[in-house]
Amino acid sequence: MTIALSTDGLAKSFGSLAVTRQVSINVPQGGRFALIGPNGAGKTTLINLMTGLLKPDGGRILLGGEDITAAPAAARVKRGLVRTFQINTLFLNLTPLEAVTLAVCERRGIAGHAWRTVGAHRDAVDEAFAILTSLRLGHDCLRLTRELAYGQQRLLEIALALATKPRVLLLDEPAAGVPRDESAELFSAIAALPSDVTVLFIEHDMNLVFRFASRIIVLVAGGVLTEGTPQEIGADPRVREVYLGNRGHLPATGSVGGGHAHG
Amino acid sequence: MTGAVVRPLPDPHAFLARRARWSAPEILFWLSTLLPFWLFPDYLSLASQIAVWALFAISVDLILGYAGIVTLGHAVFFGIGAYTAGLLGKHGWGEPLSGLLIAATAAAAVGFLISFFVVRARHLALLMITIGIVFMAREAANALHWITGGSDGLQGIRIDPVLGRFEFDLWGTTAYGYALAVLFVAFVFCRRLVNSPFGLALQGIRENPTRMLAIGSPMRWRLQQVFTFSAGLAGLAGAVLAQTTETVSLESLGFQRSADVVIMLILGGTGRLYGGILGAVIFLVARDQLSDVNPRYWYFWIGMLLIGVVLFMRDGLLGGLSRLWDRVRGRGA
Repeated sequence: MTIALSTDGLAKSFGSLAVTRQVSINVPQGGRFALIGPNGAGKTTLINLMTGLLKPDGGRILLGGEDITAAPAAARVKRGLVRTFQINTLFLNLTPLEAVTLAVCERRGIAGHAWRTVGAHRDAVDEAFAILTSLRLGHDCLRLTRELAYGQQRLLEIALALATKPRVLLLDEPAAGVPRDESAELFSAIAALPSDVTVLFIEHDMNLVFRFASRIIVLVAGGVLTEGTPQEIGADPRVREVYLGNRGHLPATGSVGGGHAHG
Repeated sequence: MTGAVVRPLPDPHAFLARRARWSAPEILFWLSTLLPFWLFPDYLSLASQIAVWALFAISVDLILGYAGIVTLGHAVFFGIGAYTAGLLGKHGWGEPLSGLLIAATAAAAVGFLISFFVVRARHLALLMITIGIVFMAREAANALHWITGGSDGLQGIRIDPVLGRFEFDLWGTTAYGYALAVLFVAFVFCRRLVNSPFGLALQGIRENPTRMLAIGSPMRWRLQQVFTFSAGLAGLAGAVLAQTTETVSLESLGFQRSADVVIMLILGGTGRLYGGILGAVIFLVARDQLSDVNPRYWYFWIGMLLIGVVLFMRDGLLGGLSRLWDRVRGRGA
């Protein structure tokens, strides 16, 4: 089994507060991993460290076996490590078509071309339009991003990530704020990604986690509490204790109708 | 989202082609720039000044309106272009077109060096860096008075006829034709640039730098590129001014000029190229007319206009006009 993404003793502190404690994880190629944990567990920080928005105090990050700990954020994207954001991070005054075309152009290395018009790069436009259509954004891709419905903006987050042709995709609460019926649809789009694309996602909705994750990593207070299959995690009393306290309950493995954990 | 009714998908290529196409109002506008030759022959000097300022404003629009870099120091490059062209003309290199190219290249070269500082700062720090640079440049030019003429200005510039045929005359006919031609050629380049993938990347940087990182864009390099290009354009504008007026003053690289060009751009509207042109027209015509009424207080009116535009027209006069146009057309349809 090839390891697509791994961290080795990754550590990060903000002042005296350790937000990432000796995190060592291995995500095999094609894995569908969920990263769960109560608010403040350091899930987004971990993604920020892996994508280079934050510099770790210690430890290493390996992408496909290569050490990328010191690589700049843009270089990691070029190597196929791509993320989405928990809070919409979009080009509000561009159309989705322009935004995704831009991402395609950056990947193809033609975003520095300044003479021919965007439209003259037909292949790039076609590719962008195909991505948008596959995420059901085809109809509205000529409106300004700021005019799109919130759920559509969440999809655009994913479209922008896909345009970079990721090998490893880190999704930070892709369905955050999306109504439940739409969030399942959104995850179906993620599940339909090519099987060689590795996915690590943060999600609070346990139903979605248990439905779409092949393995689950539980993060508590910056450190990995445990890791396992949904069955193992669902049966782990420590997870229930730490993650849900006494208030909620994890859904029985694979079944529907569990709790919506949100701390 | 699950549409039972099948709507046809829009055509992305048609959309992008429409964006990049020259529209009828645009063509009309450029044709109308020829009118001063016949309608206002007494104002051709003013018209050529407007063309120079418009070019300068467009250079600022590229970095401020498109890439989102705020600057109050762009006159540095205008001044470098002006002094380079002026010094060439003073020391025997009177051929204007090659003078323009050399001046623009000099300004771009300095712009490239300064871009290393500029891309490392944002917001207030960036503003202070650009102001600091303009202060330093002006004092340097003053101190080097044996080269620049200091506060007396650079005198004794001689420029050969354009293309060996059109001599710069007292009425400004050649000056306006020359300035307008340079403006138009530069505009065509800028127009292509903003409609290209590179132009899209600039807007991406303005809209959301974090997202640009996340799609793997080498942002700093893109900013350095556009800053360098913009500095070259500003230098070009300065060179045209030096060649058409055959004098260069310290004010050409002062803080006031840096601020004035930003005011023009904000008045006209950022991020649409034409905003800078419109702003230059309004600013300079207003200065010309209001100075006749009272030469000392005309900035009062500019100040009032600026506040009004910023408060009530977010995208400048051109933005306000285009919204009005959309509304009129929307009602008509």
